[in-house]
Amino acid sequence: MAEKEEDVKLLGFWASPFTRRVEMALKLKGVPYEYLEQDIVNKSPLLLQINPVYKKVPVLVHKGNILSESHVILEYIDQIWKNNPILPQDPYEKAMALFWAKFVDEQVGPVAFMSVAKAEKGVEVAIKEAQELFMFLEKEVTGKDFFGGKTIGFLDLVAGSMIPFCLARGWEGMGIDMIPEEKFPELNRWIKNLKEIEIVRECIPPREEQIEHMKKVVERIKSA
Amino acid sequence: MAEEIILLDYWASMFGMRTRIALEEKGVKYEYREEDLSNKSPLLLEMNPIHKKIPVLIHKGKPICESIIQVQYIDELWPDTNPILPSDPYQRAQARFWADYIDKKTYVPCKALWSETGEKQEAAKMEFTEVLKTLESELGDKKFFGGNEFGLVDIAFIGFYSWFRTYEEVANLTIVAKFPKLISWAQRCLKRESVAKALPDSDKVLKSVSDHRKIVLGID
Repeated sequence: MAEKEEDVKLLGFWASPFTRRVEMALKLKGVPYEYLEQDIVNKSPLLLQINPVYKKVPVLVHKGNILSESHVILEYIDQIWKNNPILPQDPYEKAMALFWAKFVDEQVGPVAFMSVAKAEKGVEVAIKEAQELFMFLEKEVTGKDFFGGKTIGFLDLVAGSMIPFCLARGWEGMGIDMIPEEKFPELNRWIKNLKEIEIVRECIPPREEQIEHMKKVVERIKSA
Repeated sequence: MAEEIILLDYWASMFGMRTRIALEEKGVKYEYREEDLSNKSPLLLEMNPIHKKIPVLIHKGKPICESIIQVQYIDELWPDTNPILPSDPYQRAQARFWADYIDKKTYVPCKALWSETGEKQEAAKMEFTEVLKTLESELGDKKFFGGNEFGLVDIAFIGFYSWFRTYEEVANLTIVAKFPKLISWAQRCLKRESVAKALPDSDKVLKSVSDHRKIVLGID
């Protein structure tokens, strides 16, 4: 029986890298879905009801199953739709993908953006600390087309939605060149490879709007 | 062979306890190495260069860091003995969600409960109480978090039980009286050999933390 759009709903926010990566996964697997844009400032009763714990996007609804937290959603999608696998089959490779994805969201994101915006010890120090983290990712992608190897995988979706099309827009707005090509040739090559992929291009927020949005996020961080 | 698996750990770490429980559940032999957190071994620093934290699971020379990832890894290598994660994708997602919730919501306040005083400690008390409320509500009247079977979420949280006495004494936080369902759940978990073996004595944790507060942190 063919899958209907109504079977899968995705509640998201256009600028959220966490939402973008779920869309990439759904498109990668050719899953039809209905996208419901959310106002994350004035949250809808629907959002508050279906994600009472965090009240955040993305939330995936699949045949009555409600899922939140993007890493959990990606794993679920990978298990339900088996074509174009996202996570490696090998248990060790899978553990590594999960580890690096956690590193990107929990370490790189906050250090490479929030800490830089706040610049409590000065911008130069914040950039240096962030670049130390990027060195780990530089090593990890060396010699590969993507973190997932020849094709995009879990870590590409996580890091891809977060770094080039979210954090990088923020750095642009702050006038910072965080991962220059001379220092990070592999990461920059990876970003070029990502941009060649149609489903990635289809899922990223419009550039100028994202830069404006990230400027507002910086203001909020500074005034917090 | 036992040398194939090494666990770098600290006896009182509620995160290390998770990995110990998972290995015991599967009946897997491993070498346990106690780390002095004030003087970390070269092996620890080499195997976890990013966070320099325990637990680190080393399997055939390759490191795996982050306790929930370790538990998932162990479950995948020995799927037929005492499965930890459900096979149904949605149940699995629920288990991963709550394990992740525990990680996200406890790390900061639980540290502050024993290492801070005054306002910071009070804020941590409120935060942790909210977490306990949410978890007790999620547990409900079920035997374990996943239903009838012991699983990932139980493993993710049970280690904290060995710290409850410490939080009650050091932070003056009411837990046992306020969260009876969680306490009954913990007692059920402790009936499992893997849990009884992995959890340290609550008074031992309290003494160690109290000493640390007095001697290292200079708090009375």
